[in-house]
Amino acid sequence: MQATNISTGQNRLRRALDHASGDKRFKILEVHMKKHQFRQDALIEVLHKAQELFGYLEDDLLLFVAHKLKLPPSRVYGVATFYHFFNLKPQGEHTCVVCLGTACYVKGADKVMNALQDRLKIRPGETTPDGKVSLLTARCIGACGIAPAVTYDGHVAPKQTAEAALEKINQWK
Amino acid sequence: MQLDDLNAIAEKEKAAAKKVCLRTCMSAGCMSSQADVINKNLDAEVKARGLEGEVEVRRVGCMGFCGQGPLVGVDHDDGRHELFEFVKPEDAPAIVNSLKGGPCDVQRGDPQHPFFAKQVKIVRANGGIIDPESIEDYIAAGGYQALHQVLTEMKPAEVIEEITKSGLRGRGGAGYPTGLKWGTVAKSPGGKKYVVCNGDEGDPGAFMDRSVLESDPHLVLEGMAIAAYAVGADQGFLYVRAEYPLAISRLQIAIKQAKQLGLLGGGIFETPFIFNVDIRIGAGAFVCGEETALMASVEGKRGTPRPRPPFPAESGLWGCPTLINNVETFANIAPIIGRGADWYASFGTEKSKGTKVFALTGKITNNGLIEVPMGIPLRQIVEEMGGGAPDGRKIKSVQTGGPSGGCIPADFLDTPVDYESLTKLGSIMGSGGMVVMDDTTNMVEIARFYMEFCMDESCGKCIPCRAGTVQMHHLLEKIAQRKATLRDLIKLEELCDMVKNTSLCGLGQTAPNPVLSTLKFFRKEYEDLLQPDQFGPPGNGQPNPQSAPK
Ligand SMILES: Cc1cc2nc3c(=O)[nH]c(=O)nc-3n(C[C@H](O)[C@H](O)[C@H](O)COP(=O)(O)O)c2cc1C
Ligand code: SF4
Ligand code: FES
Ligand code: FES
Repeated sequence: MQATNISTGQNRLRRALDHASGDKRFKILEVHMKKHQFRQDALIEVLHKAQELFGYLEDDLLLFVAHKLKLPPSRVYGVATFYHFFNLKPQGEHTCVVCLGTACYVKGADKVMNALQDRLKIRPGETTPDGKVSLLTARCIGACGIAPAVTYDGHVAPKQTAEAALEKINQWK
Repeated sequence: MQLDDLNAIAEKEKAAAKKVCLRTCMSAGCMSSQADVINKNLDAEVKARGLEGEVEVRRVGCMGFCGQGPLVGVDHDDGRHELFEFVKPEDAPAIVNSLKGGPCDVQRGDPQHPFFAKQVKIVRANGGIIDPESIEDYIAAGGYQALHQVLTEMKPAEVIEEITKSGLRGRGGAGYPTGLKWGTVAKSPGGKKYVVCNGDEGDPGAFMDRSVLESDPHLVLEGMAIAAYAVGADQGFLYVRAEYPLAISRLQIAIKQAKQLGLLGGGIFETPFIFNVDIRIGAGAFVCGEETALMASVEGKRGTPRPRPPFPAESGLWGCPTLINNVETFANIAPIIGRGADWYASFGTEKSKGTKVFALTGKITNNGLIEVPMGIPLRQIVEEMGGGAPDGRKIKSVQTGGPSGGCIPADFLDTPVDYESLTKLGSIMGSGGMVVMDDTTNMVEIARFYMEFCMDESCGKCIPCRAGTVQMHHLLEKIAQRKATLRDLIKLEELCDMVKNTSLCGLGQTAPNPVLSTLKFFRKEYEDLLQPDQFGPPGNGQPNPQSAPK
């Protein structure tokens, strides 16, 4: 994204748009932007949709959004990196999000996390080398009444223990 | 839509009521244990027995006792209520069987338990009772009457007067008087004004707003509409965090339904009043709960706070006067209008009126949401309602106010829960998270935990917070690992002071609070971890005794 001079920047954009023309998902994204009348303040909504469609926000995708909303790429990149919810790298086939909010923490979420790290041999924020599992953390998902909570592929599971979490992970292997 | 139409909907809904109602909690907590399947199975079971004429199967919002979920409530025609806990999908036949006196060994809860009996429900009155996806249910429960009353019988100034008289204070943390804030926005010059509902709820351990949005979305919309009328706005934004997908989808449904019935949009109740609401979805940044950061985020920018003044009430979204209130604050509005400021002010203490919803979590027997009158002693909440710490442990402290708050030691459990009393103890009311800690909890570790949170969530705009939280976290780690000396502790205290007084926004200004409050009450735990200092006690010129804390 850090184009050092104008011509590489424009080449970059041309390549991104070429890339976009061959992919149906860019069309869907553009329809979504149109729904928001290409308003610049809809940037976060548009990035949500982009991530939903593509799984993560690659550089070409951000350039495409910047071009369509007539925003400088730096602004789009700045927003995409500011918010934790947006991923700039591809995620694993499965995601496992351990809540490390206070309620979960005092009920042993750290133990669940440690067990998962040991088993998967990765740190929070990373994906296993085979691309199977991404291990992530959350700061409270509002399910504190059933703490500790872990979200497996988008489904919240209540009252997790290290054993329960490992069993779940094993099903993915 | 006119009052007669509204009443007709309510009458129709009431006339259709069946003898028995089976309510399944379909809020996020219980949904994580297949509440949707339970509801489906109950429905199938009732139909299979041909009972659909007398038994209604209703999906409802959070009943509050989330730790015992999934929950199914039963309302009998003789006024009896039953509660089933830890329900599994395969329990459906037994539950339906029990309606006719059949055997049923699903665990029963006690609806008269102090956890329920001591509650006073204003905000959560409909929670766990009505179907959050049905506007008719809300209307049958008296919904949108307050909006009608305001639009047809009251001037904007009278609405503000009523809210001021009720003594309602903001439930988002700081406790600013709501009526006063509305008055400022109403007085601010400008043709275009906005109303924003803060549903970011970033405090870990807090889920009050989530449950209100998921259980009773129309209550929040009605409150926003009344506010918009009072301050002269025609556009509202509901900012909800992305972590709450169920709340978002229920709000989308609610907005659509309200528009269809003419309760949102143009010419509401055939008056000139126009009000539209858009949902804005957050993207996982705690600082976006801060009002100026939230507005930047609504405008599609990085959520970094800016100095105040100007306050949003004067210059907010796109430079226009903007009213920002918390979800629970808005949820209090319709009841206040409907039943009067005096009625509302009869709950609570002199300076903290009404009720407050708390999320009771951590090392406590009964986990869940409670709504209690302000001023209730903390002890009643954690011991009687919460049932104390599990496994025969003793409660050591109660954390309130999240990363901006503090830890209240067990010795102070008789403190009444109101804004002033909690502030006096070095904590804050905050948005309502209450995390209970038992005697196995290491308080230095807790302070370190919160500091890590603030360090991660600092937006980086100002240096005291960006660099200070990193340094404080480092010192706390050093202490926890028994590598620190008294010098480090003194440096930590100096840093707390500096970050508190020089940070730009509330995040930095309050980040030291968990450290300060644990130091105040549990200093010995810190000192026990300190190592001898090879240069002897600090004092020979360094660190500077003048800047050392008193
Ligand atoms: C770091 C930080 C985070 C905040 N998070 C929230 C939040 O999640 N929800 C909320 O309603 N208010 C939050 N606030 C308070 C808001 O800035 C604002 O005061 C509040 O929404 C005003 O509404 P009220 O008057 O109804 O309380 C936060 C403040 C700070 C400094
Ligand atoms: S205090 Fe922290 S969060 Fe607030 S503006 Fe400064 S760096 Fe950002
Ligand atoms: S702290 Fe984990 S869900 Fe709230
Ligand atoms: S989520 Fe079901 S009772 Fe709270």
